[in-house]
Amino acid sequence: MLKVRVIPTLLWKQFGLVKGVGFDSWRRVGTVLPAIKVYCQREVDELILVDIVAHKLNDDPDFESIGEFGRECCVPLTVGGGITRPEQVMRLLRSGADKVSVNTSAYAHPELVSEIAKRHGVQCVVASIDVRTDHTGSDWRCFSHAGRQATGRDVRDWARELEGRGAGEILITSIERDGTLQGYDLALVEAVVSAVKIPVIASGGAGTYQHMVDAVKQAGASAVAAASMFHFTEQTPAGAKAALAAASVPVRNPLQQCVGTGIGSLQRWH
Amino acid sequence: MRVGVIDYGVGNLGSVLRALDELRVTPILITRAVDMDSVDSLILPGVGSFADCAGRLAKDAWSQALRDQVLGGHRPLLGVCVGMQLLASCSLEGADKDSPGGVQGLGFVPGRVEHLRALGCTLRVPHVGWNEVVQRETKCDLLDGIPNGTDFYFVHSYAFVPDDPADLLATTDYGVSVAAAVGRGRIWGTQFHPEKSSRAGLRLLRNFIEGPVC
Repeated sequence: MLKVRVIPTLLWKQFGLVKGVGFDSWRRVGTVLPAIKVYCQREVDELILVDIVAHKLNDDPDFESIGEFGRECCVPLTVGGGITRPEQVMRLLRSGADKVSVNTSAYAHPELVSEIAKRHGVQCVVASIDVRTDHTGSDWRCFSHAGRQATGRDVRDWARELEGRGAGEILITSIERDGTLQGYDLALVEAVVSAVKIPVIASGGAGTYQHMVDAVKQAGASAVAAASMFHFTEQTPAGAKAALAAASVPVRNPLQQCVGTGIGSLQRWH
Repeated sequence: MRVGVIDYGVGNLGSVLRALDELRVTPILITRAVDMDSVDSLILPGVGSFADCAGRLAKDAWSQALRDQVLGGHRPLLGVCVGMQLLASCSLEGADKDSPGGVQGLGFVPGRVEHLRALGCTLRVPHVGWNEVVQRETKCDLLDGIPNGTDFYFVHSYAFVPDDPADLLATTDYGVSVAAAVGRGRIWGTQFHPEKSSRAGLRLLRNFIEGPVC
């Protein structure tokens, strides 16, 4: 049976790892490389790494830094931030990314999603959508440029369009819940889950393990992402999986699957 | 042990090279078909769409060189993800009005590649994440030392259906039974990504490099 993934999100700004509240008031929370090393050691299910200022530069993603991060990352890695052209994706995959996440560029150039999917496969494209509730309070509008620009797009329509153009997963983030530790916007996650037939990753607001259980059991998320909860509280991805397992959600427990890699025996060849 | 990683313009090469490094094997990136002579075994990496990948293999003389190297029995080959699917006779990914029967693959392991939905899967596609790999009863060296039911990392929308059930080494359950690993002679394929599947994945890569027999 497919396992529900618990995915730490690493937001990266210039030289360090940051975390904000509502996509603002960024705090430095360390450096990227040690964080990747720790998460790899703990065998997390997957990691998402997003350069939150890359969209401002109108330039290529920082391939050099991503290459350094990729070399340390033994778990599946999704890289986002500043992807504007399909050619950049091959370089990211060579640098250690396994999937890429697109957001801002897709609004102006939705064909970017189709072009990446055509070359690298649908499964390679994670479409990231950042939203705020609209004036009615029961609907959501999409924002680009790290939450700064309103696009006017309705979240369900946009999610369906991205799916139609070849996105393999949707990473849905509530800007208002981001960093608050108050829980995912379950209605939002559920709205996106029912709008598309591709997997949906819930993001924005996780503060307790129960929030993750709710995102899966109540809202139907295929995976749960979190940042502040892992940066600022004692809670860990392993703890989250134990809580999910206790709530009968299937999760992977790498510690029970201890296999020797046999590195020692290979060394005799060298 | 010289392991060649075929660089045909697609694939998560960074991750594959990294995993081989971790096994203390020096990977050799093969950018020209003629360079295959210098290695002991070959890995055909994944992350791509079948039609695009098959076109690249056909265009740069990779297909013929792989046939000579692999079918001639000189070098074992491991195809990963779409690299495994390329071992099939044909795929319906990228099929269009010009080629309604699908796009031709290398044909090393007879079979076809179909969309998970066409196989009856009603769950969310792509199939993304960690899933249990159930091994067939006859043990196979490629999976040596890996407990039955170990989770591996999958990310795909299409699946390999081998013509001969004897070529099926392992399966996974995603609403339907999906081929997780295939093998014929010294040709192997895994639908999951061993390079991203933690210790079990590294163990599988080591088994491959040491030259399994099935």
